[in-house]
Amino acid sequence: MAESRSEEVKLLGMWVSPFSRRIEIALTLKGVPYEFSEQDITNKSSLLLQLNPVHKMIPVLVHNGKPISESLVILEYIDDTWPNNPILPQDPYDRAMARFWAKFVDQQIYVAAMKMVGKIGEERDAAVEATRDLLKLLEKELVGKDFLGGTSLGFVDIVATLVAFWLMRTDEIIGVKIVPVEMFPEIHRWVKNLLQNDVVKNCIPPEDEHLKYIKARMDSLKIKSV
Amino acid sequence: MGLVNGSNNDEYVRLLGAWPSPFVLRTRIALNLKRIAYEYLEEEDTLNSESVLNYNPVHKQIPILIHGNKPIRESLNIVMYVDETWLSGPPILPSDPFDRAVARFWDVYIDEHCFTSINGVAVAKDEEERKAAIAKLEQCMALLEETFQECSKGRGFFGGDNIGFIDIGFGSMLGPLKVLEKFTGVKFIHPENTPNLFDWADRFYAHEAVKPVMPDIEKLVEFAKLKFNTSIFK
Repeated sequence: MAESRSEEVKLLGMWVSPFSRRIEIALTLKGVPYEFSEQDITNKSSLLLQLNPVHKMIPVLVHNGKPISESLVILEYIDDTWPNNPILPQDPYDRAMARFWAKFVDQQIYVAAMKMVGKIGEERDAAVEATRDLLKLLEKELVGKDFLGGTSLGFVDIVATLVAFWLMRTDEIIGVKIVPVEMFPEIHRWVKNLLQNDVVKNCIPPEDEHLKYIKARMDSLKIKSV
Repeated sequence: MGLVNGSNNDEYVRLLGAWPSPFVLRTRIALNLKRIAYEYLEEEDTLNSESVLNYNPVHKQIPILIHGNKPIRESLNIVMYVDETWLSGPPILPSDPFDRAVARFWDVYIDEHCFTSINGVAVAKDEEERKAAIAKLEQCMALLEETFQECSKGRGFFGGDNIGFIDIGFGSMLGPLKVLEKFTGVKFIHPENTPNLFDWADRFYAHEAVKPVMPDIEKLVEFAKLKFNTSIFK
């Protein structure tokens, strides 16, 4: 069964995308070699359109010629296919909880955070408050735990890198410290724990380049930073 | 795959639901498929409940599966939990990792695109909005027609010989689709445009795990009239 598992793994992604980077973290944690293909979503390649005709989005994982899209689906596929260093817990209830929290990050926190972008004044403040309310739930989850997955890095941690290294890097741009340490000590502690993990450290966009990119994008979209 | 059947399967199973909800329906079908005995608790005041047709997972109250003292939320999570906990009984997700990924992908699509469009038609504020939602929904049907052909591999269901993850995810939407067909006059599942889905729908309705729990269409129609204030339901 384990023979040709690692053949031909290709990832279509973007260096700045949290959804793409989480796949890289998972593959690297499992020691799966892969070929990375940087995509330009403003000028979509025919390969991307062919491999993800439904959504035309990254990331797309291609394994032995077969494409898989939707980052959470890809993460489960990776865990199913390469069972070493499991990302999801074994127990069905714990798995259900992990899936719930992963969706919470992607469908609640992410959506709320996007509403902060490009807003100023009261509108911005309201959007920040809404995001913080959701982050407070994540804060609670971390009490007494090193990682969202418990004693070690797991599915929810990998997904929540979106919070640690994307949401928490947009403070300057938004003009407000979205996740102040006084309000979110557990989240800050968790980010430190994440950075102690070599795989995470090497798989996230380098901070300086990342911040430069975000600023440039905001400028090009003529989004104000207050 | 290393899934350990660690849960005590003899623990009491309760499901909190609401009869019109397609999400609740999914969980009932899954429990039936595995022949799990459970207590069903109907949520009170279904008509004014925010949660019945609300896909948003934070605000959603139902369905909630309570196994022993463990609550599990979100219909697809519950279906997967049932599949992973009760290992005897027909599998809901396929065993091959790629087929599993395909099944998961389409259920995400069904929730984020199909259901959103169904809701979009129901709550559209004007004709233009409604037309756009209808067009989107028709697109979804065309895609799922193709998907059926790929996944069924000539058998009767998306899951092959028996109903699986996509059948449950999409089949639960047949009731709301029929209600919309009645009010808009548009046939979303059609013997000419979507012949495979048309035949599949009949088979799905007749399945022993589905038949006893599928809400009566007339009742759903009446519920829609009361629930939605928009003109098409008058």
